[in-house]
Amino acid sequence: MYQIDLTGEIALVTGASRGIGRAIAETLGKAGATVVGTATTEKGATAISEYLNAAGVTGQGLLLDVASSESVDGVIKAVNDQFGAITVLVNNAGITRDNLLMRMKDEEWDSILNTNLSSIYRTSKACLRGMMKAKKGRIISIASVVGATGNPGQANYAAAKAGMVGFSKSLAREIGSRNITVNVVAPGFIDTDMTRELSEEQRQILSSNIPLTRFGQATDIANAVLFLASSMGAYITGETLHVNGGMHMS
Amino acid sequence: MSDIESRVKAIIVEQLGVDEADVKNEASFIDDLGADSLDTVELVMALEEEFGIEIPDEEAEKITTVQAAIDYAKAAQAKA
Repeated sequence: MYQIDLTGEIALVTGASRGIGRAIAETLGKAGATVVGTATTEKGATAISEYLNAAGVTGQGLLLDVASSESVDGVIKAVNDQFGAITVLVNNAGITRDNLLMRMKDEEWDSILNTNLSSIYRTSKACLRGMMKAKKGRIISIASVVGATGNPGQANYAAAKAGMVGFSKSLAREIGSRNITVNVVAPGFIDTDMTRELSEEQRQILSSNIPLTRFGQATDIANAVLFLASSMGAYITGETLHVNGGMHMS
Repeated sequence: MSDIESRVKAIIVEQLGVDEADVKNEASFIDDLGADSLDTVELVMALEEEFGIEIPDEEAEKITTVQAAIDYAKAAQAKA
């Protein structure tokens, strides 16, 4: 029987208080990794500590604002000091600020680019030193099918998500020789708080374009991340793994 | 050879996987010792750890030869 074992790995999962991030944190933890999940509020960080604890996972929730370099550097140093060098980085934190481009405010554009794209520049850079020393590492960023297909009302979000792909390909080339892989997982429509904002009619229309005829579960994404984080994904780098029930086939 | 010089050279030998005999003071990491740009970044990281110093990026970019690394390490130690 194949066994995925992440014992000894230290994983940092951003945006882990709910939804896909939570599923990733729990899945990596159950596979044996030490997991630090981050949230933007104390309440979220506490919730992460609680569910990790309840699942018997070593690790904790920490407060992190991925839009701030100081916050990122501080949290990564804290994880280093307490648990050791991060060997699995999962860039999951993200927000939406949907609007038609003609109505989009500068602030809506800037905040999406900063939180969804510049954040992975900050976290990846901060984790690289430890990974290079360890001569191993996995950087996995959660993008979106929208980055590949586009979506009206999401020019900012789609631009940031597509930007993650180019970033990851470049970084994969830079540090492949150090046994560090850099990949993207691009979820389709997953049943989370973010997609629960859609109306029932929108959900019906979307589902009709999905060959597997349903929204995905957060665990579907977590399993893809687990695969890439494990030794089974060792020879995959610079790749975007689409997990979307077939709605977009790249 | 001073203590600092020998420590710097030992790091270069280890990081770049080159023969000690090739690590001449005037040698350039990239042109003479076969390093690529990522190797030089790692080398600076190793120097930082060996000497307990932090080398800012703009200074790190100037450390391109064995002598430059030795000079930087000596200056940093003198300040410490």
